[in-house]
Amino acid sequence: MTTAELVTGHPLESPENARYALLTMSRIRKLEEAVEDLFGRGMMHGTMHLSIGQEASPTGVCMALNISDQITSTHRGHGHCVAKGADLTRMVAELLGKENGYCGGRGGSMHIADVETGNLGANGIVGGGIPIAVGAALASQLMNKGTVVVSFFGDGAMNEGAFHEAANLAAIWKLPVIFVCENNKYGMSSSTELAFAIDNLSERGLGYGIPGFTFDGNDVAAVYEATETAVKRARAGEGPTILEFVTYRWKGHSRSDKNLYRTKEEIDEWKKKDPILFFEHVVRDKGLLNDEEIAEIHALATSQVIAAVNEAMKGKPADPANLLDAVFKKVNS
Amino acid sequence: MSDRMLTMSEALREAMSIALEERPEVFILGEDIGIYGGAFGVTGDLYHRFGKERIRDTPISELGIVGAAVGATLSGMRPIVEIQFSDFTAQAMDQIVNQAAKIHFMVGGGLHVPLVLRAAGGSGTGAAAQHSQSLEGWFANVPGLKVVIPSSPYEAKGLLLSSIDDPNPVIFIEHKLLYKIPGREPVPEGAYRIPLGVSRVLREGKDLTVVATGIMVSRVLSAADELDKDGVTLTVIDPRTISPLDMDPVYASLEKTGRLMVVQEAPEHGGFLNEVIAKVATGPALGHLIAPVARLAGMNIPIPYAPQLEKAAVPQIPDIVKAAREVVANWR
Ligand SMILES: Cc1ncc(C[n+]2csc(CCOP(=O)(O)OP(=O)(O)O)c2C)c(N)n1
Ligand SMILES: [Mg+2]
Repeated sequence: MTTAELVTGHPLESPENARYALLTMSRIRKLEEAVEDLFGRGMMHGTMHLSIGQEASPTGVCMALNISDQITSTHRGHGHCVAKGADLTRMVAELLGKENGYCGGRGGSMHIADVETGNLGANGIVGGGIPIAVGAALASQLMNKGTVVVSFFGDGAMNEGAFHEAANLAAIWKLPVIFVCENNKYGMSSSTELAFAIDNLSERGLGYGIPGFTFDGNDVAAVYEATETAVKRARAGEGPTILEFVTYRWKGHSRSDKNLYRTKEEIDEWKKKDPILFFEHVVRDKGLLNDEEIAEIHALATSQVIAAVNEAMKGKPADPANLLDAVFKKVNS
Repeated sequence: MSDRMLTMSEALREAMSIALEERPEVFILGEDIGIYGGAFGVTGDLYHRFGKERIRDTPISELGIVGAAVGATLSGMRPIVEIQFSDFTAQAMDQIVNQAAKIHFMVGGGLHVPLVLRAAGGSGTGAAAQHSQSLEGWFANVPGLKVVIPSSPYEAKGLLLSSIDDPNPVIFIEHKLLYKIPGREPVPEGAYRIPLGVSRVLREGKDLTVVATGIMVSRVLSAADELDKDGVTLTVIDPRTISPLDMDPVYASLEKTGRLMVVQEAPEHGGFLNEVIAKVATGPALGHLIAPVARLAGMNIPIPYAPQLEKAAVPQIPDIVKAAREVVANWR
């Protein structure tokens, strides 16, 4: 079994919820470590954008969503995908270019989508998913679905025109969409200090009439609470919210990053704010999980990721023969 | 003549460095071109040599960047914009197509746009559908844009210097697989310029004329080496700029070979090299053709991710060898 049963609710509400939150964050981290390893061994090609250090945001957000709620994701999307409930084997199979991967080997890391869990897709285009999320929210409103859509994007994406046009549409139509900005301090090499003339990126909401708030993105409970409030607002027909979760990516932007634009000290400082270690402290303090249980959860995550990698490796390589048939959906099918 | 071999990244950097030294109005803007040195390392150390005013890092705002560059040209500057992947020109299309390309014409000649937009195109790195396209045909279909596709470091340096000198907007598309490999010929030190709109005959043979652009030029040259062994010889022509397009060497060569093949990475349907075929079909060399024109192009699909799929999507050396052999064997 590589898919977890989705658990919704506050990460600190019960030992079960705490266990699920920790397991999800641990699965994301272990998966990313496995991806880095596959890449290093030359088994995966293309590029990779790892979300190590950013596990709290997808986890906390998705614990506030139902399976029928939707997300749009980014190039750094493995965490969103896992937190929404994707199957690890099919994810890894995609990265390995296998037929049984989520995209049949056609999309790779930057294009994984999972219809069943409401993941409308990662995106290779910075900001590309934001207007799409707004459109999905429009459909939800028009069809009275009662579902909300979360658009995950990075700090860098907030400077694309796509964000601005989409935000305004969402505001004037009071759409059930939540703009989740994962501010990891850099868009590739450009720091938020250089790329913005405001302090908190959530202030961008002001110009559009969208409430915006900034939170510690490495505190999964804070992320959950913020999202839950925004989800209530969206479901009540009160419109969009901007949530800025401040976090940090530990690894380079992609495989080719030499980290010339930041210091080792800064990276080390942020490693001390590890979202997983922080959550472990909290749950121990609150008596929700003990050391032994915590260790078991990480061991389970590790074994799930290893199983997924092993299973994925057995998959059939994607076959070039059916590429032409894959471009268009057949009319009337 | 020097025998210095450079990679295309180095050659491009050298051209920009020369232009930055020659002309105070030249500056570069783009995402991660500063300390990072460019997504593909092309700007490299220019930031340290010329400073952050002239090597200007921007936020992720392609439309804004290109528009700002267009505006700067109208007030006397000569910007070079780097768009990391040519796919992201889509974000900036209004400024490229509706503004830059048309301003000189629309306003009656009182303004002009000496802009160079460099972008990495092409597949082969596993970057999948949104980072691997060959979009030159889009731009070639817009009057007012010049479109340059260097096929080697030597060409890249000389063509980029001419593009920077040109008083018009130039879209300069660099194949990402060419950045890091050494070229086929030495790159002279100092400034030299390759005029835009002059095709180059890279090799002369008697059996088949092949027109190819970008990375396909090196693949065709490799194929030609292989075909040589069985006595099939190719004339290989690299137009270098697809707008403007110099067809004369193609016509001249067809008088000798009587057979034409075009090779491009972009999808076949609506691709630029169809224009070469159309010009031959409607031009002075039609009567020399003794064989139907052979056309090798990318499949009509988005570029897939998995290596075996990605390879299958665009012409490879064995495909070129096979197609060339067939057209020569079947039409004697
Ligand atoms: C339209 C567009 N421009 C540029 C890029 C290249 N690129 C990919 S990710 C990235 C940085 C994105 O920064 P951010 O939105 O903060 O996300 P992060 O990588 O930090 O998660 C850039 C510049 C792209 N993929 N799409
Ligand atoms: Mg970022």
